Amino acid sequence: MNIQEMILALQKHWSDQNCLLMQAYDVEKGAGTMSPMTLLRSLGPEPWNVAYVEPSRRPADGRYGKNPNRLYQHHQFQVIMKPSPANIQELYLESLRKLGINPLEHDIRFVEDNWENPTLGASGLGWEVWLDGMEITQFTYFQQIGGLEANPVSVELTYGIERLASFIQDKENVFELEWTKGVTIGDIFYQPEYEHSVYTFEESNTDMLFNLFSMYEQEAKAAMEKELVFPSYDYVLKCSHTFNLLDARGVISVTERTGYIARVRTLARNIAKAYVAQRERLGFPMLKKEGEY
Amino acid sequence: MTKGILFEIGLEELPARFIYNAEKQLATKTKNWLEKLRISFESITTYSTPRRLAVLIKKAAEEQTTIEEEAKGPAEKIAKDEHGDWTKAAIGFTKGQGKTTDDIYTKEVKGTNYIFVKKHIIGKRTKDLLPSFQSIIESIQFANNMRWAEETIRYARPIRWLVALYGEHVIPFEIAHVKTSNITYGHRYLGKTIQLQSPDEYETKLKDNFVIANPQDRKQLILDGIQSLERKESFQVPVEQDLLNEVCNLVEYPSVFQGSIDPDFLQLPSEVLVTSMKEHQRYFPVKSNEGKLLPYFIGVRNGDYHAIHTVIKGNEKVLKARLSDAQFFYEEDRKQSISFFQKKLERVVFQDKLGTLKDKVDRIVEISEQLGKLLNLDKNTLTKVKRAAEICKFDLTTNMVNEFTELQGIMGETYALHFNEDAEVAKGLREHYLPDHANGELPVTILGSIVSVADKLDTIVGCIAAGLVPSGSQDPYGLRRQAVAILRIMESNSWNISLESLINITLNRYQALPVDLKINNDVKNELNKFFRLRATFLFKEMGIEQDVIQAVLHNEIGVFGYTVDKASVLSEKRNDDSFKNVQEALVRILNLSKHSHRDEVNPAIFETSSEQMLFDKYQETHQAYKTANKDRNADEALKQLGKLAEPIHHFFEHNMVMSDDEKIRNNRLSLVNHIAMLINDFADLSAVEWKQHF
Repeated sequence: MNIQEMILALQKHWSDQNCLLMQAYDVEKGAGTMSPMTLLRSLGPEPWNVAYVEPSRRPADGRYGKNPNRLYQHHQFQVIMKPSPANIQELYLESLRKLGINPLEHDIRFVEDNWENPTLGASGLGWEVWLDGMEITQFTYFQQIGGLEANPVSVELTYGIERLASFIQDKENVFELEWTKGVTIGDIFYQPEYEHSVYTFEESNTDMLFNLFSMYEQEAKAAMEKELVFPSYDYVLKCSHTFNLLDARGVISVTERTGYIARVRTLARNIAKAYVAQRERLGFPMLKKEGEY
Repeated sequence: MTKGILFEIGLEELPARFIYNAEKQLATKTKNWLEKLRISFESITTYSTPRRLAVLIKKAAEEQTTIEEEAKGPAEKIAKDEHGDWTKAAIGFTKGQGKTTDDIYTKEVKGTNYIFVKKHIIGKRTKDLLPSFQSIIESIQFANNMRWAEETIRYARPIRWLVALYGEHVIPFEIAHVKTSNITYGHRYLGKTIQLQSPDEYETKLKDNFVIANPQDRKQLILDGIQSLERKESFQVPVEQDLLNEVCNLVEYPSVFQGSIDPDFLQLPSEVLVTSMKEHQRYFPVKSNEGKLLPYFIGVRNGDYHAIHTVIKGNEKVLKARLSDAQFFYEEDRKQSISFFQKKLERVVFQDKLGTLKDKVDRIVEISEQLGKLLNLDKNTLTKVKRAAEICKFDLTTNMVNEFTELQGIMGETYALHFNEDAEVAKGLREHYLPDHANGELPVTILGSIVSVADKLDTIVGCIAAGLVPSGSQDPYGLRRQAVAILRIMESNSWNISLESLINITLNRYQALPVDLKINNDVKNELNKFFRLRATFLFKEMGIEQDVIQAVLHNEIGVFGYTVDKASVLSEKRNDDSFKNVQEALVRILNLSKHSHRDEVNPAIFETSSEQMLFDKYQETHQAYKTANKDRNADEALKQLGKLAEPIHHFFEHNMVMSDDEKIRNNRLSLVNHIAMLINDFADLSAVEWKQHF
């Protein structure tokens, strides 16, 4: 099964579970969790079920396309279900069957792993799912988001697409994975991997990036003052990515580092609160829809 | 008539580390619950797997045990009117107890007569009491709890089913919208849905469905599997209990398999291989009969042997990817230099208020050097101490330790040797992390011991100065363990340095820094309190009684090895009949000294020869005691003090200390006080509960 087929199979499966199929969000981010489709929508009482592929940028993981397992940008398949359904583990295992992974022929385990993202004031409890010893999915029940208690609790499934594909296609080098018939990840992503690594580690204009961070931060605050939650959040994402670029370049000292993370976290917390307040003023419209349904 | 009772909590996979403790709680709580309910039973058996906690109660009585109870009513004078008839109060009381006034009898309680009735409390039906088990399930405590969906309960993981059976009947209750039933589930992939007819068939029905509910049985299956591979392949699998327990609690149906590693990887340091296998993948490493690591590993699958080769292949691939990573890091790291990694320490925060790791290392160097000087080390050794301290944290910024944090120190030694550091220095790097757990082995070398103590002192003093005092179960920096480690190292090396002077060295170091820390008396007191508690803890571990601990710690912790010796000598003398005479004399002095103040003793106004004799003996003893004290010879020091016993007895026999003549009185009190000072220098003997009298 190539990656394209895998994505289609996952989309079909979660679509059948009444998940909205969304597209990747168009601002750079380090993980699918940071998409507003997860981070903001998992707040508040309104039901929310969604699935999407998220290209995730982690500048510090760039390896010039030379490491068989590490990438500047990898792909996550992200699922959020709020409230978490009682049969979520079965639904997940069913999705693996759709990928051709028969549990009777493998060893699939749920091994404790608790997740925390201090930048976003978010944390959760759950597992990493092991497939014959390989971690293929992060399975998390959100407990806190943007510093607010998650209530009801959303469950988040994050499949590592490349990890799963390397298992399914039995390849050891990520660049040899088949995206679709005759086209590999290497064909598509080797050059960007190389260039992004060069840029991140050698060529980035750090003065400009420092400036950008401040400007984005200012803009996030300004937007918040006008109660523009979504635009403000976009700028928080930009802050976060800019910080990651600077951090990967090694130009943020340790003391400063804590400060930068705290700045992003403050923004995220305010946005989380404002988002819930905004939905509340609207009367939590998706909650009503559920009732009428 | 009796019946079996079964409760099972079905859960999404529990963290392996919670399971053993939860099962133990379930056993205790069930027993207490049955006893409190007065339901007699034959036995309680508990079960646990990652997906279930269960308890089976055999032969539970169908009714509570009947008991006779006395109910106390009002005082007799209130219960009877002037004619001797029962009052309303008495009638009301008997009614309330379901009795009549005919049942009344009187009894005296503390001088007053009260009325009583005897009550037969007839047992209720067990069946009606069982739903209260709900609260037992809800009361199990876990290290970490979570919420799910819209439930308000917090539990280790979501509850997905509940079995509650009394004989063939379901005991009705509900937790988090899950209702009890007689339905349980077998192995997640291999088992079926199981309808239980009775509690007794629980274990066998589960076994038919690929669940070994008894953890001991699972463990045995794993051990048997390993042993049969050992026999077949003539190799050895050293099984660590912790790993076995964890693996046992990651599976419901264990199947042991053997995987292979590319022999090229054996060139990596063996710790790297072992860590990858044990910590990351939960595999057992394999050794030859000569103890050499072999290119195999033992894994345990949660399931049967069907398609085991696919499982083995997958596991081999994962381990290969990990080891390739490690090999890449190993090669990259070795291309660099120690100074390259040292430079990076400037960018790693140790603690917000305590600066970076570079700052910490600078402090460790200074503390180590001062410690080395206090220990009168030769110049050559001092140079090595300095070097070991300087580079003690360099490996923390290597790729390898970044990825495999468990290898801190181990990679320090390995890489230091590669970069041509002195072998002793290299060993010191590894050892300075010791002891790495309570009762863990101590550093063997002097370099390792010094840097270990310096590192830990720096952490403790810094954290406490920064207000990070451990409280209750909160000790994120492991300060308690580190304090005990310092004391153990001081003792085992018989270091002739007091703990207080070590703390001062460290405090001075912090005071000299431009850090935002207030080093004041509060901090010193806090440190003092903290270390005393640790010293007390350690003494108790050694079997020293509280009174002796109090006696030897009354001044300071001091030279810890010597303080420990004092405690052992006192513990022995405390039960020694022949010491009674000495103890009585010395304690008498201590008790009297509490009423006096210190002046010079003036021998010119002595009135009796016994005064003079005691004074002479005191001066003689003082010298001898000082020598023994300097040699840190606790036995000898106490023996010297003992020589004062006879003159003291004489003194009290022949002198009125509280003489009417103020001058003489004060002179005698001063003599007492000088002797008391000397005794107290050793220990506060008045704190000891002397046992030889009994």
